[in-house]
Parts: sequence; structure tokens; C-alpha cells
Amino acid sequence: MSVDYTIEPPVVHGRLSLAQIEEMVAKPLDTKPGKKFYIALSISGTFLMTGVVLLLITFYYGVGMWGNNQPVGWAFPIVNLVFWIGIGHAGTLISAILFLLRQKWRTGIARFAEAMTIFAVMCAALFPLIHVGRPWLAGYLMPYPNQHGMWVNFSSPLVWDVFAISTYFIVSLIFWYIGLIPDFATLRDRTTSKIKKTIYSLFSLGWRHSHRHWQHYEKTYTLLAGFATPLVLSVHTIISFDFAVSLVPGWHSTIFPPYFVAGAIFSGFAMVATVLILVRKIFDLQQIITLDHLEKMNKIILVTSMMVGLAYGTELFIAWYSGVTVEKFVFLNRAFGPYAWAYWIMISCNVLFPQLFWIRKIRRSIPIMMVIVILVNVGMWFERFVIIVVSLTRDFLPSSWGMYTPTLYDLGILLGSFGLFFTLVILFTKALPVISISEIKAVSDGAQPSYHRSEDYE
Amino acid sequence: MSNERKIYGIAALFTKPDDIIKAASKVANLGYSKWDVNTPYLLHGMDNAMKLKPSKIGFIALFMGLIGAATALSLAYFTNSIDFPLVIGGKPFFAFPAYIPVTFELTVLFATVSTVIAMLTIFFKFPSNNHVLHDTPYMKKVSLDRYGIVIESADPKFEQSKVEELLRSFGPESIETIYHKEEVKFPIFEPKFISFLILTAIAVSAGTYITLNKLMFMVPFNWMMYQDKIIPQSRTELFEDERGMRLPVEGTVAKGFIPYTYMGIDEPQEYLSNPLLPSIDNLKLGEKKYLTYCSPCHGNFGDGDSRLKGQFPNPPTIHSQRIRSFEDGRLYHIITIGKNIMPSYAAQISREERWAIVNYIRVLQKAKNSTASELEMIIKETGKNVAN
Ligand code: HEC
Repeated sequence: MSVDYTIEPPVVHGRLSLAQIEEMVAKPLDTKPGKKFYIALSISGTFLMTGVVLLLITFYYGVGMWGNNQPVGWAFPIVNLVFWIGIGHAGTLISAILFLLRQKWRTGIARFAEAMTIFAVMCAALFPLIHVGRPWLAGYLMPYPNQHGMWVNFSSPLVWDVFAISTYFIVSLIFWYIGLIPDFATLRDRTTSKIKKTIYSLFSLGWRHSHRHWQHYEKTYTLLAGFATPLVLSVHTIISFDFAVSLVPGWHSTIFPPYFVAGAIFSGFAMVATVLILVRKIFDLQQIITLDHLEKMNKIILVTSMMVGLAYGTELFIAWYSGVTVEKFVFLNRAFGPYAWAYWIMISCNVLFPQLFWIRKIRRSIPIMMVIVILVNVGMWFERFVIIVVSLTRDFLPSSWGMYTPTLYDLGILLGSFGLFFTLVILFTKALPVISISEIKAVSDGAQPSYHRSEDYE
Repeated sequence: MSNERKIYGIAALFTKPDDIIKAASKVANLGYSKWDVNTPYLLHGMDNAMKLKPSKIGFIALFMGLIGAATALSLAYFTNSIDFPLVIGGKPFFAFPAYIPVTFELTVLFATVSTVIAMLTIFFKFPSNNHVLHDTPYMKKVSLDRYGIVIESADPKFEQSKVEELLRSFGPESIETIYHKEEVKFPIFEPKFISFLILTAIAVSAGTYITLNKLMFMVPFNWMMYQDKIIPQSRTELFEDERGMRLPVEGTVAKGFIPYTYMGIDEPQEYLSNPLLPSIDNLKLGEKKYLTYCSPCHGNFGDGDSRLKGQFPNPPTIHSQRIRSFEDGRLYHIITIGKNIMPSYAAQISREERWAIVNYIRVLQKAKNSTASELEMIIKETGKNVAN
């Protein structure tokens, strides 16, 4: 007696057999990459190299090469840090929170989103390190008994950052690897090349699909998802503490944690969507990463867009309602001051354009969707710019106001971080299965046993 | 395949998830203990069919998570409240709310890492890349799209014919007997392996040496040590007298400066008189300063037994009749302007401290040169056994 209890459309389209699914996912690993792959890799590689060269010059001559100067000491590096960390959050959300909520549609995109988390956190972690100017001395950020007899200050949000980002990176990496183990085993058993087999065997650790293992495996996976969920919320909360705990008008605000987390999910989903649209096209994965999935993501983008919009509104309201002159000034300055253009880019890209997703046609149209999600990425970058840079340019004392202009080095290093991100993403698509083979098999039609009453086991 | 090889177990493959569930629950009901089901993905309902107990891995997560929280809190407490307390923004030394973020992060970190390590090593006994099942046709199939069940020969109820019959009764796609592999021995003392170890050791030590002793002193890594600025004691072209340090403008006097009238005179006609009483506080101060500034050359008790090991000529003992007969003011004078090769300590030691040192020298001199009758008197007066 097989009854479909869900009204959901099937996760995998086209009634593929398990072998066909595996074939489809593993194809990029078994075949030589096409021209498109090399073109994409060379573009992203060029960006990456630009960033690397500019960074080396910066290390040689010092951070004076950047636009950072009084009163804007935080500028681009911190804007980029917050931006990239935010991108990472979607991955954990998709893989952990949607897993706990038993959303089957996450399966097609989870692996990819997790990989993007890891790469985004790598990009993010880069920026505070280079912002200190001498990244090779960054070991001092860790509490260890040293010859100076000094310890880090555990009540400082910057030390919280160190713990939050490194924990987030380690946990994401482990979560990702745990998901990969059964896939490594499957790849090990299907490959014919001896070198590949050795590598896959090494990483599969000798997994043999035993149910006695699956049982603990699922428990662990659920536990990790349970840990990752509060973790992901805590990470952006702590990032927002960097600002909220200070006294700068425009930063000192209690809604920052939820506001930042919503923004992170928003920007992260936009980035995942951007990359997935390309990947499903390039690797012919339309049957596994279906339009339904993209539509669901667009719905989440719409929801989080409105949450972000609500936060913008609340900030304005509180600035007026609090009656604090400086607060009021900060928000007027954002909207009508010298950086008004950045503010309006932020408002239009983050709040206005995503409203188009109310229309079903647009939600399901790939080209329009692509434009909107890219705009969201732009808008979210400008949100951080507005919060960090614009607040710093004009605070309490008009005598210490100043303007900020990025230099070519700032822009080039930002470009370089995109290069790093996309290079890693492209290499990932070639090196590892972009979709969890064992999970996608498990949710395809007829893969699970039909319902059994417990007497059947007697 | 030779029959002499030991049987590991008998395996059957199925094409439908329902079949394997049925087979598994039958095998479980028959009371077999050493058997396993291999499926390409997690089959729901198999836990019940195999009659597996709920996984206990959650306890490890709980336990290690608590350890993580305790580690974070005690680390923050030890460092910021005990070992290196600093007032920051008026917060208390133990600012509990401020420690919550780090505590939370370490809880998650410890729980995650240890759960996974425990799962892989304790529960799975990984890595197990040379398990018998690997590289069998059976493994290749369950890795792809078949559902397999193996009953191991290690099971006490195992009987080859019986098990085969049982498995056949489930209507499997195929049945396979799996044999133990011939054991492969990897000798440790293989020249290749040894040379690999030696090369790694050399590479690691060379790398460490070069990074710590050479690289860190190269441009731009040393730019915090060598900066483009004039530092004290250095020569510079910038000023006419080529001194890196500037002299005070002529005629200016430092804050709190009182001129010392005997400057440059080796033995003045008369000396300043000691303004400090030899109170306990003053003597304690004198002892501290003497041990800091004078003892490296003069020795802890003024015997002239320098700790400088010949890097500086040994001074004479201060217990000589000559020095004992010095007036307080003369000792003060020596500290202030120095004596022959002994430099002046006026810059390091304040006036009051100098007098305190003089008082302490008197104590040292008295202690080493008192007569028996004097000692007796002290014992009487203080009730203490000074001789000890
Ligand atoms: C760098 C080593 C050094 C230090 C430190 C030092 N001295 Fe001397 N001191 C000497 C030497 C060497 C002499 C012998 C000078 C000579 O007469 O040539 C000397 C001589 C003396 C004399 C005897 C002078 C005389 O006329 O014979 C006295 C008293 C004295 N030191 C007191 C002190 C006191 C008090 C301090 C601590 C503030 C001190 N010294 C610190 C090296 C030192």
C-alpha cells in the first residue's frame, strides 16, 4: 500500500532511476571539462590574481594604500567581511535549518549551499586579517600563554568575532565533510582510475553504507544541524555586536542582531540562487535543481527582503521617536547626505525590486530572477557600506567629519575576493559531487519503503 | 576462488526497498546478531526492522558541549580576572554577560568536533579501508542502487547451507559468498618509507627554522622592528650634533628638579645629612631598591660578589672599615654622582630612595659586623633569635 502523503511536487523530476541520478551528478567528475569551464576559470582566476597582487603590494607598503583614514577606519575590509559572512549564512540555513524542518527540496541545493558557506567564510575571514595590516601576526588574536604575559580581552566583540568566525568555519567544514563521506564511498566504488580511487578511499574512510552506521550517522547529522542552527544565528549576531556594542550613532542599536541575521539570509539566498542558476544550466542538472526549488528560494528572498525593509523602517522610526538629535541626523544624512546614492541603491535593490517576486510569472522566469538576485547582492553590499562607512563619516562632532573614497586597491581586493570565491566554486563543481548523491537518491520517487505497521516486524 | 579461504559471510542483494526491510526484520527475529544491511542511502524504517537500539551518540555531544562551556568560562575567568586583570570600559573583572558569546561558540565547537570524532572512531571504527566488503561486487552494487544484507560467519548461529537457504527464501536478485581477504603485510622498515620519514623530518625542521629565524627578519615582515624614525641613542644627519636624542634647551629645568650642589666634586668638604628615619617602611624600600640597582654588582649582602661574571670589574666590599666609617651623606653622594667606574644612579633612583638605600646599607653593615655583646642586646630587645 503506497500512498503519497504529501502534495509537494516530486523533488526529482522525470522519474529517474537511482543509477541515472548518480550518473547525472557524477558526470562532471568523470568527464573532461568543456570549454565553458576553462573560460569561467580563467575569468575568476584573473580576478583572484588581481586581488593577490594588490594585496602583496599592500603588505609591502602598508595599509596606507587603501582609502581608510580618519574618521573612517573600518571602511572596505569590514564592509566586505560582513558581506561575505552574510553570504555564508544561506548555506547553513539551507543545510541545517531546512533539514530540521524536513524540507525535502533542500536536498538538491544543500551541498552546493554548504560549499558556498565555506568559501564565503574563507573570503570573509580574509578581510579582518588583512585589515590588521600585518596578517602574519594574527596569531596574537588567539588566547595562548605567551612571552608578553598578556591575554586577549574576552569582553571585546572583536575577540568574540575571532571565536565566532573560526567556530563557524570549522563546524561548517565538518558538517560538509560528514555529508560527503557516503558520496566519497559511492565515487570510490564507481571510478575506474586508480589514483582517483586512492583519493576517494582516503576521504571515504572506508564507509560501507552499513545501516548500523547510517543509524548513528543520521543521529549525528541531526545533532550537527541542531548545533549549526543556533550557531549561524549567533555568528551574525556577534558580527552585529561589533557595531551595536559601540557608541557610534547609526551603530548603537538593539535591533542590529535580528536585522543583520535577516539581511544575511537574504543576501545569502540571493548568492546561492545566482550561482545555482548558472550551475544547473552548465551541468544539465535541471531535473534535480528544478524550477520549483528556485521558486521556493525566491519566496524566501521575498520574505527576508520584507524583514530587512521592516528593519530599515524601524531604524528610522526609532531615530525619530527617541528624540536623540544625533540619531535623527544620522538617518537624514544617510538618505539626503553626500552618500545618499548609496542609501537609495540599498533601498531600491533590497526592498523595492524583490517585491516583483509577488508575481508568480517572475518568480519562475530565469532571466528576470537572475537580474533581481544580482541586484539583491549589490544592494546588500551597499547596506553594509551605508551602515559602516556613512555612519563613521559624520558622527557627534562636526569638526571631525570627513569623507571616504576607496582607492583602486580597495576595489581590486574586493574584486579579488569575488575571484577567490568563484574560483573555489568552479573547482568544487569539478572536484566533488555538487549534489549529495546519497541524499538525492533517498528522496527520489519510490526510494523509500512503503509504510509499515510495527506488527510487520514481529 | 579456492575453498580453503575463510568465509566472511553470505550476502544477498535486493532491488526493492520493501524487500530488504522484510528480509531484515525476519533475520532480526530469527535472533542473528552478526549481520548487517548495506543500502546506498538511509532507508527509513530500517532501525525498527533491524531492531537497533537508539543511538547513544547524543550523550557525547551533551557531555562535550558542557566541557566546552566550562572551558570557555574558566579560560575567560582565569585570564581576565586572575592572571591579567584589566579595567576595560568600567566592566567588572568577571564580566559574565560579556563572556556568553565565547562560551556559546566553544560549546558548539566542542560538541560538534567531539561528536564527529566519536562517531568516526568509536562508533564506526574508522578508518577501515581494508574491510573485507570493500572491492567486492556486492559493495559496488550497494554503493549504486541495490540493497544488500550480509550474515557474517562470526555469528554463533551461522551455518553456511542454512543461511543460504534462508536468504534464498526472501527472493533476492543474487546471492554471493564473501571470503576473507589474504592479509597483506606492510613492513615498517621499508627503505622507501624510512626515507620518506627522514625527508619529512628534514623539510619540517628546515621550514620551521627558516620561517622563525630568517623569514621573520626579512622585508616586509621586520617592518615593525625597523621603522623609518629616529630612535634614542641613534645617530642622525638631521641635527648638527648628530645625536638622535635632543638635549634640553639651555637654561631649562625639569619639573621637580632640585639642583645638587656637589655635582662634579669627588669629595665635598661636608655632606648632606640623612633626612629619613630608619623606619621599617623606609628599610623595606631601601632593601627593594638596593636589590634592584646595587646588588647586581655589589652582591645581595654587599660583599662585592657580583653576579655579572666578569663582565664588569668587581666592586670592593662595603663592609670594609673605610666604607663603614663613611657618613650617610657620603654614601648618598656616591649613589648620586658615581665613583670612578661605578656610574651615577641619579637618573634611576629618586632622592628619597637614595636615602633609603643608604639606611639599608647601614643595616647590612651592622648585621655583618656586630660584636657578640651587640647581638645579645638585640636578642634581648626583640626576643628574636637573630643568629638564625
Ligand atoms: C655596574 C656595577 C655597580 C653597580 C650597579 C653599583 N656599583 Fe657601587 N661600585 C662599583 C664599582 C666597580 C666600585 C668600585 C669603584 C672604584 O673605586 O673603582 C663601586 C664602589 C662603590 C662604593 C665604594 C666607593 C669607595 O669610595 O670605595 C660604594 C659605597 C658603592 N659602590 C655603593 C653603591 C650603591 C649604593 C649602589 C646602588 C645604588 C651601587 N654601588 C651600584 C660598581 C657598581
